[in-house]
Amino acid sequence: MELTGSSMVIEALNQESVDVIFGYPGGAVLNIYDEIYKQNYFKHILTRHEQAAIHAADGYARASGKVGVAIVTSGPGFTNAVTGLATAYTDSIPMVVISGQVPTSLIGTDGFQEIDAVGISRPCTKHNYLVRTASELPRILKEAFYIASTGRPGPVLVDIPKDVSAELAEFNYPKEVHMATYKPKIKGNPRQLKKAVEAIKSAEKPLFYVGGGLLASDGVASFRELVAQTHIPVVETLMARGSLRHDDPSLLGMLGMHGTYASNMAMSETDLIIALGARFDDRVTGKLSEFGKNAEIIHVDVDPSSIGKIVDVDYPIVGDLRSVIEDLAPLLKDYEPSSIEEWIKRLENYNKIHPLGYQDSKTTIKPQWVIEKVGQMYKEECVVVTDVGQHQMWTAQFFPFVNKRQLVTSGGLGTMGFGFPAAIGAQKAMQDKIVFNFTGDGSIQMNSQEMMTAVIEKVPVINIILNNNYLGMVRQWQTFFYEDRLSETNLEAQPDFVKLAEAYGAIGYRVDTKEDFEKALTDAVAKKMPCFIDVVVDRDENVLPMVPAGGTLYNMILEYKDQ
Amino acid sequence: MSNTIRRVISVVTVNEHGVLSRIAGLFAGRGYNIESLTVAPIPETEYSHFTIDTEGDKKVLEQIVKQLHKLIPVLRVTEHAGDEYVEKEMALVKLPIAESLSDIDALARSYNGCIANVGEDYIIAMVTDSSSRVRNFLKAIKKYNPKEIARSGVVAIER
Ligand SMILES: Cc1ncc(C[n+]2csc(CCOP(=O)(O)OP(=O)(O)O)c2C)c(N)n1
Ligand SMILES: [Mg+2]
Repeated sequence: MELTGSSMVIEALNQESVDVIFGYPGGAVLNIYDEIYKQNYFKHILTRHEQAAIHAADGYARASGKVGVAIVTSGPGFTNAVTGLATAYTDSIPMVVISGQVPTSLIGTDGFQEIDAVGISRPCTKHNYLVRTASELPRILKEAFYIASTGRPGPVLVDIPKDVSAELAEFNYPKEVHMATYKPKIKGNPRQLKKAVEAIKSAEKPLFYVGGGLLASDGVASFRELVAQTHIPVVETLMARGSLRHDDPSLLGMLGMHGTYASNMAMSETDLIIALGARFDDRVTGKLSEFGKNAEIIHVDVDPSSIGKIVDVDYPIVGDLRSVIEDLAPLLKDYEPSSIEEWIKRLENYNKIHPLGYQDSKTTIKPQWVIEKVGQMYKEECVVVTDVGQHQMWTAQFFPFVNKRQLVTSGGLGTMGFGFPAAIGAQKAMQDKIVFNFTGDGSIQMNSQEMMTAVIEKVPVINIILNNNYLGMVRQWQTFFYEDRLSETNLEAQPDFVKLAEAYGAIGYRVDTKEDFEKALTDAVAKKMPCFIDVVVDRDENVLPMVPAGGTLYNMILEYKDQ
Repeated sequence: MSNTIRRVISVVTVNEHGVLSRIAGLFAGRGYNIESLTVAPIPETEYSHFTIDTEGDKKVLEQIVKQLHKLIPVLRVTEHAGDEYVEKEMALVKLPIAESLSDIDALARSYNGCIANVGEDYIIAMVTDSSSRVRNFLKAIKKYNPKEIARSGVVAIER
C-alpha cells in the first residue's frame, strides 16, 4: 500500500498502540497535522508551549511505563523541545519525539525555521534520525519505538523534512526490528550471579541501593519479594521512591544530599552495596573517596557504561534488572535473615536517634505538613508529580509512597517547569487517579500557561503551590554557604494565583491555615477541575538533613541554627 | 593526574550519515582526547572502519570503549593492546629542492618511505610507519627545513 510520509506517521503510531500524543503545530509539520485532523486512532493534546508538550509526553511515560509521544515543528518548535528531551534523557524515559524539518532541498541553506535538530539533540537523545525519504520512514519509526523502550530507555527524535511527509512510498510497517548493532542484554551472566550470591551470603552488613532502573525494568514486584525474603535493608534514590511501601520495615528511606540519617549512615557503614539500576550520581554519593569506603560493590545495570563509571565495582552484572532479580531470588532461598539481625538493629537505632522530621507550628503552615496531609488522605489513589526545589525534596522525604511510578519528578536534570505539564501527561495516562503537582512559587511560573491546556482538555491536575516567596532551594544554599546574601532569590513580587487560575477558567484557592488547606483540598478533589492551591508556608524552612555538595555522607547538617 | 595510557581503538560502524559526528561529539562532550581519527568505508559492506588514537587513564579508556559501544550505529569496538595489532601512519613532507635529495631519500627509505614527488621548487617525501617511528622521522627531517607536513592519523588492524 502506498502512503504519504504523514499517513505513515499516523499508521505507525496506531500500530504502536499510541492513545494520546502531545504537540504543537507549525509550517514544517502541516502535512502531518492534516493527517492528525483526519484520523480517529488517537487523541492529540495541544499544549501551549512545545517544552510542555515534551514534559507531558514524559509524564505520561513515567506514570504508565509506556512510550510517550510528542510532535513539534522545525526551528523554534524544536529548540523549545530541547529542555524536554534533555530532561527525559537524563532520567532514561522512553519517548518518541517527531519534529518537522524544512524540505530536503532547503536543508543546509539556512532556510526559514531551519535548525540542525539532529545536531542539537545528539547529546540529549538516546538516538535520533533525519529521515531522507518516505521509503525509510516505516523502518525508522519502528526502530524509534524499539530503541526508546528497550535496554536503558530514553528519548528518540525523528526529524522529518516537509517534502518527506508529503512523499508517497510503499508502507509495510515492520513486525520486528533487525539491528545488527543494537541488541540489549537481558540475562545476567550466571557465573557473575553466583559470585554475587556468595558475596551477599557472606556479607555482614549488606545494603540494597536501588535506582530508577528498577522501574524501567518493571522489577518492583520481584524486588519487593526479594526484600521480604532476605530482609536486607534498602535505600532508595529519588528516582526509585515507591519501590518499597513507605511503611516497609526494610526501607531506610532516600539517601544522598537530602537523604535520611539512617540511609546515609547505612551507606557509610555497609560492607556490601548491592546497586540495582542506580548510577552513583554525585547528589547520592557525596565525596567519592569516602563513599561506601568499607564496602564491596555489586552493580546490576542494563547499561554497561553505567558500571564502573563513577566507582570501581567488584561484581559487575550487565542485564535487565527484573530478569537478574528473578534469577537471584532462587539462589538466595536459603538466605538467613537472622545473620544480619545486628546490622538491622543498628540501622533501626540510627533511625531512632535522628528520624526524618520537622518542627510543626500552630501559627504557620509548614510545607512538610502539607505533603504529609495529602499523603494521609490520598496516598492509595494518587500520582504525585513535583517541580524542582525545596518542595521537591520535601515531597520525596515526607510523602508516604505506596506504589511504583507514584512519584513523577525530574531527578537528573532538575528541570523547573516540569511539574505541571508532566502532571497533565500523568493524568492522561492514569485517568482514575488523582494527580497532585507539588510545586513552588518559582517553578509554577515556568509553565503556568498550561492551565489553559488543562482546562480545555478537562485534565483535573491539582497544583499545590508551596509558596514561600522565594526560590527556596537557592535561598537555602545562600543562607547556608553565602552568609545569607540572598542574591535574586526573593519572589515576593508574584501574581495573584487565584486570579491567574480564574483567568484560565480554572479554580484558585489561597490558604494560610491548616483548616483552610484541608477544605480547599477536599473541595478540589471533589470538583475534578484543574486548580491552583496557593499555600502560604513558612518562608524560612530548610530541607534537612543536608550533605553539603562534595561533603561526606556521614557528615550531615541535621539542624540549622541562625548565627 | 593518574596514569595516562595511549590507546588505539578500532570502531566498526554502520556506514550512514552522521556517525562521524556522533563519535566526535561523544569525545568532545565527555572531554575525551582524540590524538587522531581516521575513517573509511569497509569495501563491499555497509560498514565503516574508524581508527581512533586516544589517551586517558584506565577508567577513562574503559568509559570511552563503553560509550562508543552505546552509540546505536556501532557494531564493534576493539581496543588494541600490546603487540597484538599492526598500526601504521603516513606522513608527507614538503622540502625545498635545494636540500640533498639523496640524504632525504635515504632517510625516507629507513622509515618505509620514498621520495613521492620532485617538482620545480619542492621535493615531497613520504613515509609509512608506526606512529612513534613517524614522529622520529619528523624529528630527523627537521634539519632539511620542511615547509609543510601532513600526517594521516593511525590505521590499525588486529594480527
Ligand atoms: C530551569 C531551571 N532554572 C533554574 C534552576 C535552579 N533552581 C533549582 S531550585 C530553584 C528554586 C525553585 O524555586 P521554587 O519553585 O519556588 O521552589 P522552592 O525551592 O521555593 O520550593 C532554582 C532556581 C533549575 N533547577 N531549573
Ligand atoms: Mg518557592
